[in-house]
Amino acid sequence: MTDIAHHIPEALLASYVSGTLAQPFALVVAAHVSICEECRANLAAHEAVGGALLDAFDPISITDDLRNRVMAGLDDDIVPEPVRPRGDNTYPTPVLEALGSKPPKWRSLGPGAKQCILNAGKDGSVRLLYIAPGFAVPDHTHGGLELTLVLQGAFKDETGRFARGDLEVADDTLEHTPVAEEGLPCICLAATDAPLKFSAFVPRLLQPLFRI
Amino acid sequence: MTCDMSTTFTEQTEWMLKVRDARDRAAFAKLFDHFAPRLRGMLMKNGFGAAQADDVIQDVMLSVWRKAHSFNPERANVSGWIFQIARNRQIDVIRKDRRPMPEELAMPESTDIDGEQVLGIEQEAASLRAAISRLNPEQRDLVQKAYLGELSHSEIQAETGLPLGTIKSRIRLGLERLRHELKGER
Repeated sequence: MTDIAHHIPEALLASYVSGTLAQPFALVVAAHVSICEECRANLAAHEAVGGALLDAFDPISITDDLRNRVMAGLDDDIVPEPVRPRGDNTYPTPVLEALGSKPPKWRSLGPGAKQCILNAGKDGSVRLLYIAPGFAVPDHTHGGLELTLVLQGAFKDETGRFARGDLEVADDTLEHTPVAEEGLPCICLAATDAPLKFSAFVPRLLQPLFRI
Repeated sequence: MTCDMSTTFTEQTEWMLKVRDARDRAAFAKLFDHFAPRLRGMLMKNGFGAAQADDVIQDVMLSVWRKAHSFNPERANVSGWIFQIARNRQIDVIRKDRRPMPEELAMPESTDIDGEQVLGIEQEAASLRAAISRLNPEQRDLVQKAYLGELSHSEIQAETGLPLGTIKSRIRLGLERLRHELKGER
């Protein structure tokens, strides 16, 4: 786990810490941090900035009523928090939680490719992608930001090689064709802020067929 | 942990450790009196009304009591830890969804503390505070907006006046130390 080469950019970490990062991207950040010590330490640094800001706020007085309520609350029974699943060699904890601790339900995306959508909403979507060795990631739109975190295997594209733990940050300026390496199938966690439209997505995949 | 070492920690760290290790209510009251008014300042800045701010403060401070077992002064200073709890709670309130969280690292089995590491984290926090206080008003305002959720990711990315690098350089050494420590635990 020491050879992760592609990490989370600062602006993404700051946005995650502040809570403004859309859910699909926040899942990718949480997944990467789960398996990357460097970014875990970096995240802690951003949290420390938040702490320093909290320290610097002018105190505004608190009512006795609130103070009494909180002190009385110390006697409440503490409900133990649910035990979180432990990350395995492929899926880190937050991904297992998004899967409801069940194996992914893969749906075909064409030759050599499958996907399992974890979350899709107005602020984007996040899915697992399964690419068989030697196959390319199916044609996909980059509406805006796209984050791809490798969980198993590796892929290569014009910008470099990405193996377990590596995060590729792409925007609409990047034209790339990621191809899975030989060996293990490549499993990625991919988030995009382009809305997920099957009606548009499916014909787009079929387009080449109709052109023939 | 030796007594000599513990007496050099900040008051906040001392109180938090007493809450964590001895469920000390007097220490918790001190933490409350220190942090609740600052949380209130932060929440008001965030546009929370008085009653809503009170609810969040109550939840956050009770979480501090209930989650004290997961506080590790070798990895985070008290303010940063409480800031995170507060942001999570605010996100719950505003968005009604939970932010995905990284897997937690296992807590060390013993409560022995590496005093040097804790002091390092505290010193970095102090130098961060100093760095933020030295920013010009516009920059300081931008940093606040970025960390209090008033800037989107693309705004943070595009904002060239945001001194993320300058601020983060204050904690570079601490980062190295923390990274080293985390690697040792895997």
